[in-house]
Amino acid sequence: MTMHQGRQLTLRQMGIGQTGTVIEILGGRGLIRRLEALGIRPGKKVTKISSALLRGPVTLRVDNAQVAVGFGMANRIIVGVG
Amino acid sequence: MMQILLVGNPNVGKSAIFSRLTGTYIIASNYPGTTVEFTKGYLKLGGERVQVIDVPGTYTLEPTSKAEEVAVEMLKEGDLVIDVVDATNLERNLNLTLQLLERGIPVIVALNIWDDTQHRGINIDVNKLEELLGVPVVPTVGVTGQGIKELVRRIPEAKAPETTYFGSTSDERWARAGDIISQVQSLSHRHHTWSEVLEDASNHPVGGAFIALVVFFATFWFIRFIGESIIGYVTDPLFEWLWTPFLMKVSLALASGGFWHSVLIGNLIAGEIDYFQSFGLLSTGFYIPFGAVLPYIVSFYLALGILEDVGYLPRLAVLMDTIMHRLGLHGYAIIPTMLGFGCNVPGVMATRILESRKQRLIAATLISIAVPCAALQAMIIGLVGQQGGQYVAIVYGSLFASWVIIGLILNRIVKGFNPELLVEIPPYRLPPWRVIGEKLWLRLSGFIRGALPIVLGTVFVVNILYIFGLFNTIANIAAPIVSGLLGLPKESVVALVIGFLRKDVAMGMLAPLTLTAKQLVISSTVLAMFFPCVATFVILVRELGVRDTLKATAIMVAAALIVGSLQNLVL
Repeated sequence: MTMHQGRQLTLRQMGIGQTGTVIEILGGRGLIRRLEALGIRPGKKVTKISSALLRGPVTLRVDNAQVAVGFGMANRIIVGVG
Repeated sequence: MMQILLVGNPNVGKSAIFSRLTGTYIIASNYPGTTVEFTKGYLKLGGERVQVIDVPGTYTLEPTSKAEEVAVEMLKEGDLVIDVVDATNLERNLNLTLQLLERGIPVIVALNIWDDTQHRGINIDVNKLEELLGVPVVPTVGVTGQGIKELVRRIPEAKAPETTYFGSTSDERWARAGDIISQVQSLSHRHHTWSEVLEDASNHPVGGAFIALVVFFATFWFIRFIGESIIGYVTDPLFEWLWTPFLMKVSLALASGGFWHSVLIGNLIAGEIDYFQSFGLLSTGFYIPFGAVLPYIVSFYLALGILEDVGYLPRLAVLMDTIMHRLGLHGYAIIPTMLGFGCNVPGVMATRILESRKQRLIAATLISIAVPCAALQAMIIGLVGQQGGQYVAIVYGSLFASWVIIGLILNRIVKGFNPELLVEIPPYRLPPWRVIGEKLWLRLSGFIRGALPIVLGTVFVVNILYIFGLFNTIANIAAPIVSGLLGLPKESVVALVIGFLRKDVAMGMLAPLTLTAKQLVISSTVLAMFFPCVATFVILVRELGVRDTLKATAIMVAAALIVGSLQNLVL
């Protein structure tokens, strides 16, 4: 587990426009693999772009791609900010 | 025969490159995962004919989806791989490249979407990349065709490099990709492009909803406008000035009566050809597909093509996701649903992109029940619209309400899981007009080839039923339900029966019945919901299996009768 200065938030808790580094994904191999395939993995910088209304998906940018992540999944991606 | 596989992430433009290589046009759309099956084509390579296969997009060879499993299977059969890489997302795409290299299969890289790298200030040292990977790398722009010749020229150079990376772990691979990037890619400043401004706007939840409403109404208006314009300025004049006189001559030649006259011309209404009522093969049989439906096929698929290729649909999926979850689906199911508005057949087929059986079953059922195809819509607009636009609105409104309510119910009843949305959102791109034109042509010719024979066959069947007096029999049997519950004249039941063959022709059968506006609304709604047309039925069996299809059909019949009865009570 890398020591990270600054706060740790879930993707859902992040603010719009905030950038952080992915620390950990709370999930089984399946979830980790699916997210990793899209480039969302520990060590990657991600920027939260938006979150849809009413517990909708969260959109984030990783490298040059935009990915929409379901609400429940967004709760399980831990990002370090600051 | 040598087999070349086109492999790459979803949405990198594999299909565009495929159509350039083989001349076989396939539907290439700007949203991930729409190539649900592989497609085969042929290429002349150095005098020899080779097979080219467009493999469903895959992010990784450790499969996370059905499409990826298919891709991995296909790799076993390939002789050579063209790895199509999105140059604007090099690191993630290289992960797949490295996995391909590990397999020891000859690879050549098409560094696609090359034009966008300039706009985004991404600089890639192609020679260095080639050196580091050990395979040829060719920059390409699939949409315009740039670089394709060079790609083909260098296919013989594809190789499985000597430095093997067998047995890498996932982390090692990502580290390697990152290392290559650091040596090969540099970023320079660039201005916010217009597409990014638009993206930010549509990502904002309120802005996004607003844009969605604008898009919805604009699309609706566009489809109506183009459809009506084609009818008013092209097809109706053609029919009136060229076809009608010809048919009148034929009618006279056939002595205005007799078997052949009935079959070919149909009934003359007040001595004239009435394209809705005459019901001959040459009159109604030609008018419905070419005069009533074709203009709307053109306008609908033009609108859909633009929405697809601009890249709007995945964003719509994100917006709709929450609502769709209540219906047992997730946002991405909006795509097969929208395809269903053109024709239920590709709509149901596209439900394959959904991950769970529950989703596929619900999505396919909802499409068959509540999504009217373009042909049916054209007839509804044509016939019901004559009574007033508000009646058309009631029909659509009833269908939409049914979609929601039945979806809510099915969500409770159908067992299974409903996974969350996880999808890449491609950037907005200017619609490539040439591709849109090709797609439109493809869909149009598909419609003519597929629908015209069935329409003519259906009109013929209708005539046979008339001649043998079977109509009255059927009408009498169903009279209690049709008149009692639905408030329709018993003759209209024959339209429902014909609806099994073609829904547009079935609508046409309602024309001579002089129905009131209310009855038109009820009959249109019931017809749309009642029973899938034979083409859709066949596809449902193929996608869902016989048992689930029968369940779905039972739901359709019940729902149609319930909704029709309610309309009868309320309107």
